[in-house]
Amino acid sequence: MNNSARIDQIIATHAGREGPLLPILHDVQKEFGCVDAEAEAQIAHGLNLSRAEVHGVVSFYHDFTAAADPRAVVQICRAEACKARGVEALIGAAEAAAGGRVRISTVYCLGLCSVGPNARVGSDLHARLDEAALVKLVQSA
Amino acid sequence: MTIVRISDDALALACGADTVANAFAEIGCTVERTSSWGMHWLEPLVEVNGTGFGTVTPDDISAILENCSTKSIGKIADHPFIARQQRLSFARAGRTRPLSLEDYEATGGWAGLTRARSLMPDAVVSEVTLSGLRGRGGAGFPAGIKWQTVAGAAGARKYVVCNADEGDSGTFADRMLMEGDPFQLIEGMAIAAHAVGATLGYIYVRSEYPHAIAKLKAAIALAAEIIAPFQIEVRVGAGAYVCGEETSLLNSIEGKRGEVRAKPPLPAHSGLFGCPTVINNVLTLAAIPHILIEGGAALYDSHGIARSKGTMPIQIAGNVKHGGLFETAFGITLHALIYDIGGGTASGRPVKAVQVGGPLGAYIHPDRFDLPFCYEAYAGVDALIGHGGVTVFDDTADMGRMARFAMEFCAAESCGKCTPCRIGSTRGVELIDRICAPQATVDAVAALPQMHNAAKSARSRAEDIALLGDLCETMKDASLCALGGFTPYPVLSALQHWPEDFEPEV
Ligand SMILES: Cc1cc2nc3c(=O)[nH]c(=O)nc-3n(C[C@H](O)[C@H](O)[C@H](O)COP(=O)(O)O)c2cc1C
Ligand code: SF4
Ligand code: FES
Repeated sequence: MNNSARIDQIIATHAGREGPLLPILHDVQKEFGCVDAEAEAQIAHGLNLSRAEVHGVVSFYHDFTAAADPRAVVQICRAEACKARGVEALIGAAEAAAGGRVRISTVYCLGLCSVGPNARVGSDLHARLDEAALVKLVQSA
Repeated sequence: MTIVRISDDALALACGADTVANAFAEIGCTVERTSSWGMHWLEPLVEVNGTGFGTVTPDDISAILENCSTKSIGKIADHPFIARQQRLSFARAGRTRPLSLEDYEATGGWAGLTRARSLMPDAVVSEVTLSGLRGRGGAGFPAGIKWQTVAGAAGARKYVVCNADEGDSGTFADRMLMEGDPFQLIEGMAIAAHAVGATLGYIYVRSEYPHAIAKLKAAIALAAEIIAPFQIEVRVGAGAYVCGEETSLLNSIEGKRGEVRAKPPLPAHSGLFGCPTVINNVLTLAAIPHILIEGGAALYDSHGIARSKGTMPIQIAGNVKHGGLFETAFGITLHALIYDIGGGTASGRPVKAVQVGGPLGAYIHPDRFDLPFCYEAYAGVDALIGHGGVTVFDDTADMGRMARFAMEFCAAESCGKCTPCRIGSTRGVELIDRICAPQATVDAVAALPQMHNAAKSARSRAEDIALLGDLCETMKDASLCALGGFTPYPVLSALQHWPEDFEPEV
């Protein structure tokens, strides 16, 4: 199945729901790693919206991206409670370990604020990170 | 056979609970996965024959089973951290299996819904009003009055929406409740639906909470027949803090940009898809089943002080030795929370500041640690209890950096609808940078030809501080929602109490 057929299938899965756009965008993002201009146009057509409306939504939310990034992602929480537990001192080492291979991205809070510094790789969560543990996590991502 | 109980809450998993659970299972123990007790510094916390063992690793297992482990904390329910609490919403925490209908029923589950359905809807609303329950999402609006408005609004279709966006740093009670006791939230929503005449409900969960999303979906499927004809669907957010604001959240469910709507109309009159909508926080809805059991409303009202009634699941977070979930009646002081219960900082250094109520809450100085935990007392000192997060900082915290971060966060998360928030937050970051490292040059924006009224000579540091005050006043007065309107509180409180942290380095 080509991309366009698959996107049509995703649209059809959600078409009966109230407010189907976000669930569709989540599925497309998950499957293709992005919601690109072509996908936007196709979704707009499928839901009888303008492309501008769909683009406005895609660009509003941090979870949707316009282009796929093949690198592995390590999300590090840098919100207040993790700052209080010293996350900022670890960022340099994490970035050095990441090099060009891994993308370090910032999240604001993973809901584990009593055991930080915390990071997420996919749906795996990691708590009580020190520099060595975070570097190891980045290297194995 | 030995029964071993280990939580499958996301925080326990992040601390390695699965590895420990698997190791117990491999040697033939029966492992039950329960909710978390909320003693986070002890996770993974393992319970064997009623006795708890903290921060367990697979290496500890043989000692635990041979009854000679040094990690024993005795009977978990008797631990001072648990024994001192008044747990209503978290009464099942640590004690039941989250997706077991059997455990739920055995611990009083569905009693509130059964009783509510035997009452007329307006009687249900008055019990909620009588309980004194106020919204736990931040604003503290009386739940009963909101429900009454929706019940009285005309409309063939009405909705119950649960706000599970929990974006505030330092908070995790919604997550723990959804993962640990999802049926209680479902029951609360079903009671709300009966009270206001809704047939469909949504739970809007942030995408950062995959474990909660999975638990909720499973729990909704299991409870479908019990709550029928009411139906609930889970909707997943997409990484926008502002979508926790109720009207932004409704736009997001509708498939729009998460822009804040002007009020009126109130969501109670015209909410989701233009229909009358009850929108409440997870903790607000989860308190409902208790309130609806016989005598529950009066019991709830008997807790707390002044106009802050009932219990609050307080989240002790940040640089603290004993962090976790502490549910107690309103009125407790920060001093008790941080020192008596929290054990002081994790680093062992002195406490410098505490931020209560997430990123929009003021930084509170140790001088004020006698403040009783209640809506009005906090509002009286320009602070807020918000969603009940308490984040502790030790003396290495740089409050100038924290103030800058507050502005940075506002800039990153602004929905863009109003100028003071969208642009003011970025100007705020620049101003704080200039205050902490004064520049001899005119700032780039002031130098633009179209900035007719801006001074064309470099501002002094004192002028920059005055300008920051001015900017904060504008943001407070002219922002549509609390993101722009409350960001000034952490900024100004940091500047007021720790001006030395804004001093230029020499
Ligand atoms: C920027 C912003 C973020 C908010 N985030 C949340 C949130 O994550 N969860 C929540 O329940 N309420 C949040 N609120 C408060 C909601 O707007 C609203 O008051 C709440 O959902 C009402 O429910 P309650 O009465 O049960 O508290 C936020 C408000 C603002 C202005
Ligand atoms: S204050 Fe900020 S987040 Fe709130 S409505 Fe205005 S621009 Fe949007
Ligand atoms: S602040 Fe980092 S997990 Fe909450």
